[in-house]
Amino acid sequence: MEPFTRVHAVAAPVDLPNVDTDRIIPARFLRKPRNAPDYARFLFHDVRFDADGAEKPEFVLNQAPYRGAKILVTAENFGCGSSREMAVWALDAWGIRAVIAPSLGDIFRQNCVQNGLLPVLLPPASVATLRRQLHERPGATIALNLETQTVTGPDGVGYRFEIDPFRKQMLLTGQDEIALTLGYEVAIAAFERRQGTEMPWLSAGRA
Amino acid sequence: MFEKVWARHVVAEGPGGHVLLYIDRHLLHEGSTSAFGRLAKAGRRVRRTDLTFATADHYILTSGAVATDPEIRGMVETLGRHTAVQGIVYFGVDDARRGIVHVIGPEQGLTLPGITLVCGDSHTATHGAFGALAFGIGSTEVEHVMTTQTLWQRKPQVMRVTVEGRLALGVTAKDVILAIIARLGAGGGVGHVIEYAGSTIRAMTMDERMTVCNMSIEAGARAGMVAPDETTFAYLEGRPFAPRGDGWARALAAWKTTPSDPGARFDREVRLAASEIAPTVTWGTSPQDALPITGRVPDPAEAAEGARRDSMVRALAYMGLTPGAPLTDLKVDRVFIGSCTNSRLEDLRAAARVVKGRHAVVPAWVVPGSGLVKRAAEAEGLDRVFVAAGFEWREAGCSMCVGMNGETAGVAERVASTSNRNFEGRQGRGARTHLMSPAMAAAAAVTGRLTDVRTLAG
Ligand code: SF4
Repeated sequence: MEPFTRVHAVAAPVDLPNVDTDRIIPARFLRKPRNAPDYARFLFHDVRFDADGAEKPEFVLNQAPYRGAKILVTAENFGCGSSREMAVWALDAWGIRAVIAPSLGDIFRQNCVQNGLLPVLLPPASVATLRRQLHERPGATIALNLETQTVTGPDGVGYRFEIDPFRKQMLLTGQDEIALTLGYEVAIAAFERRQGTEMPWLSAGRA
Repeated sequence: MFEKVWARHVVAEGPGGHVLLYIDRHLLHEGSTSAFGRLAKAGRRVRRTDLTFATADHYILTSGAVATDPEIRGMVETLGRHTAVQGIVYFGVDDARRGIVHVIGPEQGLTLPGITLVCGDSHTATHGAFGALAFGIGSTEVEHVMTTQTLWQRKPQVMRVTVEGRLALGVTAKDVILAIIARLGAGGGVGHVIEYAGSTIRAMTMDERMTVCNMSIEAGARAGMVAPDETTFAYLEGRPFAPRGDGWARALAAWKTTPSDPGARFDREVRLAASEIAPTVTWGTSPQDALPITGRVPDPAEAAEGARRDSMVRALAYMGLTPGAPLTDLKVDRVFIGSCTNSRLEDLRAAARVVKGRHAVVPAWVVPGSGLVKRAAEAEGLDRVFVAAGFEWREAGCSMCVGMNGETAGVAERVASTSNRNFEGRQGRGARTHLMSPAMAAAAAVTGRLTDVRTLAG
């Protein structure tokens, strides 16, 4: 996983609340392998392209100033709905490294950190200010620094964001969570022994 | 209740408030194939094959045919191969027990009170109806559970939603949860687990409680729970994978300690009165866009706040609706009765009661949640009621809830659906979904428009 330290890049505003992961990647693309060469095309597919596959000019990522965006600044509850991790894969394939929002779908947020994308939660008023600035100056950049936990807006104003130390460390180092957990083998085995005695009925599989 | 289940599953404390949580049940479906692929590539095995169960639901065709699309067929075949290699119980293609993962877990007695249960699917909250801590996870986390039987989790907050009183005639569990989501908002439960309580919930059957818990995620909550009680235990006793004999007695004693203690504190409390809940339908493209069937399409001009107005305008345009139109004026093109929200036996019975002696005037599908639901419904003659009324009686699966298998509605088709999501494009590109209960969907099928089921006498 690619470590996340800093990103200073163009940010695109997404103004509608409750953008669900079905919209981020429609169901019919979920069976496509992640290494498919056109994976980035699945991102927001049905709102980005018309029925003939032509770009819809009104969609933010189709507009010239935002084509190089690496950051999305969204309204509340972005990434709600389906657990499909492919929503994050599609964002990643397109080049998005971070999502700034007042709130994010819980599973989506978890999927972000599993893929080295930084989810940044800020108060609604701060996010609204950032989005307004991005509209006023299309193509403006935002700087993100995970080490110092700061977002710096187009006007140079900084905001501190909270992230729990565990996720921060994983993102900074790009560490594989499974490898980390395998280091807990003794504790896991002890838990299993105790549970096997106290709740033997839980072991049910008889393949 | 949540606190107790959580505390019993902590394997280790990690940094920053994270804990390593043990997982008692891991359910898999075709969407798990990419995790299986990475597992195999890393040369790893599923750690606890006795706690891991798989079925095919999302990509299987409910016509009974085999998919001609090689990618769709491949999803099912790949799952079969991986489960065989790993030695996992697989309710596969020709197994009568096969069905929607959230229907068969409870049906087989895999879902039990007090356990942790995960699945790579956001409607895993369904299993919380048994007092389990059950939540959806992403594909990387699926691989993590396969490998370690654990997950790193940060403790969520707990919200109690209390519903008190008797539901009026024609009002169902689906209406209760739609009303709750409308109250909380689609993001209102983010970061929370919901405990559903109150006399209305207590009076519900397990099928009904599952309908309520199922849609917790539509309010943003990753999990929803109902305290286990005699209704729960009666449902579970004798199920194939439920404990038996001495194990049953020991399990029962443990389960009875699961519910919250009186005076337990919650981070947030929400109350609803059953008497205020009417048969409900959604008009927009978020499950929070729900109104009583007696209502009218809302007017964005009356929305207080700009962002809300913009999303209403967009939703109305997508749905092809005019502000102020009575909801009962909306003509439907298609009806879908199914999904992990409403495809269990009681759902099919409720729909059949409305359908009996009438005839569908638009294409209408009934897709049972599992092969066993289908069989039980046929034993009662429900299939004959539906078929006589011109409905299609299909094989078990997710089908048009999400259309991953290619079973989708057409562009601009208006669908009365018992599923859980009315998102743009959810049932097919450009398809327009109205969520409602099985009885209401059946009523829409026989009238060809959104209909207050209470007006269909007899
Ligand atoms: S029925 Fe629908 S919501 Fe339920 S698991 Fe299947 S696709 Fe998901």
